[in-house]
This record gives sequence, structure tokens and C-alpha cells, in this order.
Amino acid sequence: MRKRLVGWLCDAALVLYFVFALFPIAWMVILSLKPTDQLFSTYFSFSPTLDGYRTVLGDSEGIPFVRFFVNSLVVSVGAVVLSLVVGLPAAYASARWRFKGSENLMFTLLSFRFAPELTVIIPLFVLYQKLGLFDTYVGMVWVLQLVTLPLIVWIMRSYFADLTPELEQAALLDGYTRKQAFFKVALPLVKPGIAAVSLLAFIFAWNNFVFPLILTSNEAQTVTVGALSFLGGDRPKYNLTAAAALVSVVPPLLLALTIQRYLVRGLSFGAVKS
Amino acid sequence: MGWRLTLRPYVLIVPALLLTCGILYPFGLGLYYTLFDFSASKPQPDMVGFENYRAVFTQKAFWNSAWVTVLYAVGAALTESVLGVAVALLLHRATLIGRILEKILILPLMIAPVIAAIIWKLMLQPSVGVVNYLLRPFGLGGVQWTDTPTGALLSSIAVDVWVYTPFVAILALAGLRSLPTSPFEAAAVDGAGWWYTFRRLTLPMLWPYVLVAVIFRFMDSLKVFDIIYALTEGGPGDSTVVLQIRAYLEAIRFQRYSFGISYTIVLWAVVYLAAMVLVKHLGKIQRKAAEVTT
Repeated sequence: MRKRLVGWLCDAALVLYFVFALFPIAWMVILSLKPTDQLFSTYFSFSPTLDGYRTVLGDSEGIPFVRFFVNSLVVSVGAVVLSLVVGLPAAYASARWRFKGSENLMFTLLSFRFAPELTVIIPLFVLYQKLGLFDTYVGMVWVLQLVTLPLIVWIMRSYFADLTPELEQAALLDGYTRKQAFFKVALPLVKPGIAAVSLLAFIFAWNNFVFPLILTSNEAQTVTVGALSFLGGDRPKYNLTAAAALVSVVPPLLLALTIQRYLVRGLSFGAVKS
Repeated sequence: MGWRLTLRPYVLIVPALLLTCGILYPFGLGLYYTLFDFSASKPQPDMVGFENYRAVFTQKAFWNSAWVTVLYAVGAALTESVLGVAVALLLHRATLIGRILEKILILPLMIAPVIAAIIWKLMLQPSVGVVNYLLRPFGLGGVQWTDTPTGALLSSIAVDVWVYTPFVAILALAGLRSLPTSPFEAAAVDGAGWWYTFRRLTLPMLWPYVLVAVIFRFMDSLKVFDIIYALTEGGPGDSTVVLQIRAYLEAIRFQRYSFGISYTIVLWAVVYLAAMVLVKHLGKIQRKAAEVTT
């Protein structure tokens, strides 16, 4: 009897935490469906409308939100692809060969996580103005590497280290070249890892705020910065802000739900396996 | 054959390294800038040596920001670790409710912190926010959440806790699931109570996993920017001006570039020192945990 009571209390505590975790998202949905004239009156009874979304996605209010959304897609995908191209060979090399300075190089890569963003952003801001990279896709992709590359190298390194080298050695004996062994044996085996880490990196790039805030103004601005602009103005438009916030979290949330199982592995991988 | 074998890993790493240099270069440039009085009003800057750093350390605003930053980081990291471990322990019981809820644990973590801050800003509005609406029946309808110094700091910590508690919970849960089962079976056979098992077995063995999460959270909160920027912009007054916000105000808003960068360099040094101390401590704790396990 006492044991069952404790069990119920534990479940209740868990549910309580999840109410705290989920209520803000649910509240945004409610707020985004409210018509403008009922924003501040009654709370849970109102006539829902999609006008908020129509306004946000219809580029009204002078804020080109759809373009911000597309910008986010382009720069996040660009950063992930570039990071994969240079990161996979680096991860493979550091997992397969113990060479002079390998640990130091890897730590240097990881250590960029610890640097305050503004340290590099301000010089980049000055540099970008000079080079014409300010407010461009190239400039944003370049700087988002700082977020995606260390992540990809560190997690993929663990995946490659998990493969036994005998598989590639067998391929070499069969007359494969080193390059073929990498592309035809090692790479296909870590495909699930690549998928998970790419999506994780995409989410991190998509959610970044400081880089686009300072290094873009209008042309290459992303949704995280764009969503804030609905809060401005003399009368804050809460329903529009809520709709914009929700639209901007759709891609990361969809991805997170699809790859939930691998994501947890990806998040806990490098950190736990020391 | 020999030289090719030793050279290959370097060749494979060079592209990644070049991109890294793309970041190292502005970092070095930033360091260099701090030796000048480079600002919008002074496009032809003079070399001033360490004057910027001297100015940072003698500025009252710096010490205020440093204090606020420490309060924020300790408050957030501490709350997240306690709450995260509690959630992980509850999920580890693997009841039906737990198994369903576990799947959505990750959701807040996938929302950009700045968006989370916007969401909470709307909910915490004193007169029209939903939090005060729900508190009204309890006679607490008029709390000025982000408009008082203490309230603003606590609110921003709450947003951090909302976003990052799942991060700690996931790492702790992964740790719990990888613990060996035999010590627990032995304890159960000996008739050890729940509290004894938790304090003597679970916590010491889980500690290294939790500590990794705590280190990451502590160092990330020391350089918080987006949550504060969207929630309070450092106000009211300068009650939530953490170091990165101060650096932003100095460098971007007031366009005193080199002075602003000096702030971030100081912050960077602090985060590095904190990391070094914590990582050293981590090694000690991991060895201790290994003793418990065996």
C-alpha cells in the first residue's frame, strides 16, 4: 500500500514537471490562434482564427518572414554540408591514427564551444564590412561552422572509433585502395550516425541567434532574429509574435521528433563516453 | 609507404583546420584590437597597450556584470542539475507514464533559447500574461516578473532552466542506464533502503555523468546572451546585464569596439579557467566513482 502511494507521488511529480515543460508551447499555440481584438480579454474562451499565421506568412507588417525562413534553411543546410565535407575526413583520421598533436588538435576544435561568441563576432563584423560578406549567405555559412564543425567532428569521431579497423583492412586485402575502403566500407557503416549528427548540427545552426543578429541586417537575416521583430512597434502584437515563434520552431521540432532515438544518443555520446 | 602513412591523417585534417583558422584569425584580430582605442568616433586608432583592460577592471559596471553573471550561472546550473537528476530518476523507474513522457523530454531543448525567451516574455507580462492570470485565484495576480531587479534575474534563470533541464536529464538518464546492476542487486539482498542505496550507490556512481552536464551548463551560462537579450535586454537598470550583454552594449550599441572586445576576452579567460578547474575535478571524481563501482 505504502509502495503504491509512493509510486503515485512519483508519477505525479513527473507529470508536474512535464506540465511545466509543455505548457509554454501549448500556450503559444493558443495565443497564435487568438484574433487581435480578443488578445487581452478572456483567456481560454475565444474564437480561434488563422489570421495571425496569414499575417506572418503573408509578409505583412513590413517584415518578410518567409524570406527569413528560407534564409535560415539555406545557411543552416549550407553550414552542415560544408562541415560534413571537411569534418568527416578529419573525424576519420583522428579516430584511425594516433598521430603527433592529434589530441591537441581535437581539443582545440572542441574548445571553441567555450569562447564567448562576441569575441569573434566583433572582429568578424569589422572584417565582413570590409570584405562585403556582411549580410550575405556566404558570410553566415562561414561563421555557422563555428557551431556545426566541432559537433560533427567530435560525435563522428566516436562512431568511427566504434568500427573495428579489421573491416577496412579486409577491404584493403581484397584490393581496395584506402580511399575506396573509406567510401565503400567505413562510410556506409556510420550512415545512421551521419544522419543523426547532421540533423543535430542543423538544429544547432538553425537555433543560433547571436551570429545573425550582428552579422546580418536584412538580406540574410534568419527566423530567430526575425521572430523578435514582431515584438516591436507601439502596440505589441502578441498573436503575431506567437505565430512567428511557432513557425520558426517547426523544422527543429519535426526533426527532433523523427530522430528522437538517435538524438538522445548523439547528445549523450561524446560527453558520457570519455 | 612510410611517409605516406604518417602524412595521411594530417592531409585529411587540413581542410577542417583551415576552416578553424577562419575563426582563429578573427579571434587573434580581436585580441589585437584590444590594444587600440578603436571605436566609431576614432577610425584612426592609437595604440594604447593594456589601457582597455585597465579601464574594464576599474569600471564599476564590470564588477556589477561579473556578479550578475556568476549569480545567473550558479543559479541556472544548480537548479538544472537538481531538477534534471530528479527527472532522470523518475523516468528511470520506467512506468507507463514515464515511457510516454520520455519521448517528449527533448522538446524544449529543440527550441531556440531566444524563441523560448520570447515565449516566456509573453507569458510573464504583468497585466496580460497568462502566468499572473493563473496566479490570480491565489491572490498573486500582480507580480512584476521582469520589471523588478530580483524578478528579472529569477525570470531569466527560469527560462534557462526551462530550456536546459532536459539536457541534464538526458545525460543523467544515459548514465543511470549504463550503471552496472550487480551492486544494486547486492544492496537489495542486504535489505538496504531506498535512501541508503541512493546516497551510497546511485549518486556516487552517477556523479561523473552529472558533472559533465553541470560543467557544460555552468560554462554555457557564464556566456549567456540570447535569453537575456530577448527577455530583459539587461534591465531593469543594469540588474541583468551579464558580461556578454555588457560587451554587446559597449561594442555594438555604443560602438566602442576595442573596449567591448576587452570585455569578451576577460570573460573568455574566466570561462577557460573555470573549465580547467572543473575538468581537473572531473578526473578526480571519475576515479572515485570507479572505486565505488568495483
